[in-house]
Amino acid sequence: MNPKRKKRLYIVLFIVFGVAVAVGLTLFALNQNINLFYSPTQIAEGEAPTDTRIRAGGMVVDGSVKRAEDSLEVMFEITDYEKTVSVHYSGILPDLFREGQGIVAQGELDGQGVFQAVEVLAKHDENYMPAEVAEALEKAGKMPMPSGQEFNK
Amino acid sequence: MVEKKKWLPRWFYQLASPRWCYQICGKLLPGFAVAALILLLGGIVWALLFAPADYQQGNSFRIIYLHVPSAILAQSCYMMMAVAGAIGLIWKMKVADMVAKSCAPIGATMAVLALLTGAIWGKPTWGSWWVWDARLTSMLILLFLYLGVMALNSAIESESTAAQASAVLSLVGLVNIPIIKYSVDWWNTLHQPATFTLTERPAMPAEMWVPLLMMVVGFYCFFAVSLMLRLRNEILRRERRAGWVRDLLLSK
Repeated sequence: MNPKRKKRLYIVLFIVFGVAVAVGLTLFALNQNINLFYSPTQIAEGEAPTDTRIRAGGMVVDGSVKRAEDSLEVMFEITDYEKTVSVHYSGILPDLFREGQGIVAQGELDGQGVFQAVEVLAKHDENYMPAEVAEALEKAGKMPMPSGQEFNK
Repeated sequence: MVEKKKWLPRWFYQLASPRWCYQICGKLLPGFAVAALILLLGGIVWALLFAPADYQQGNSFRIIYLHVPSAILAQSCYMMMAVAGAIGLIWKMKVADMVAKSCAPIGATMAVLALLTGAIWGKPTWGSWWVWDARLTSMLILLFLYLGVMALNSAIESESTAAQASAVLSLVGLVNIPIIKYSVDWWNTLHQPATFTLTERPAMPAEMWVPLLMMVVGFYCFFAVSLMLRLRNEILRRERRAGWVRDLLLSK
């Protein structure tokens, strides 16, 4: 490679790595702001601010969903298998909302530590399955169980 | 002059000459076109009519057969554009500049397709068209990078300056590619992790992922076809004063 090309190659490498380092440091500094939601552990440890709009994400705890009989109000708990946070929501839940499903709720933490949600979004994992397979697995008791980090999928 | 050792086959070096590149692309085109047609038609029929519906999402999951290939291709196309731009910058190779220029509109289309299909899928599944999570936002930035490269290319009159400027922009934007790829692992996002990885078996049965693989390969073949068509067009336009182009056009 002649010296001129070599010089230009170094300029190109400098651009790519320089930008990568700059962006890497910026993202590292902004780390928490890029997370879409706080996990129940973060909320329990007081990392999440109160009295301001935040998002909380986790798996809906089995058997925790309580619906009001005469309104759209619903109470449920979300967990990351370490800590649990109660969520209160009034409105229509997405189709995929069910117990054992990951969700992301937007709202505020009130004084009692209950999360008052104004929006609930369902999370979906990367596992796809035909209905018959799911049924067969369910019958055999072999439905894959979520592991510890599953709330984040 | 001393004959230097050639590391690569002769046709590879010939690609650097616009005339040879035009001819090699012309020879490759029909094969890729046929492959793209078969794979895309076969894949889409299998995916939409025969693949089983998902147990949670029902039929709406079928949109991954467009969403995943277009998202993968949008990123691959960007990498190709940046590498071609770097080669153009370092070796001052005209054909590389033309490849980079031809990549941008195709990649932008793929990014739009990925964002659109994602939004259409997001509404019934998540309950929202758009969420500012890391994956979605970085993909939107990718689209803006493509648009920026296209705008730079058409805003600057001199072809070599335009190629240099857009190559620098695409190299700067290259940092976005690993961010898109790993955004779902580094941060809490609403978007699920990768459907396809090179190291692990996909988390779905074969009758679901085989048509998806067909679609991905089909999209790549389609990309090759449209890139070569654009590239040939670009070669003819820029070399319009060359003798071989005049002969070619007059002979038809």
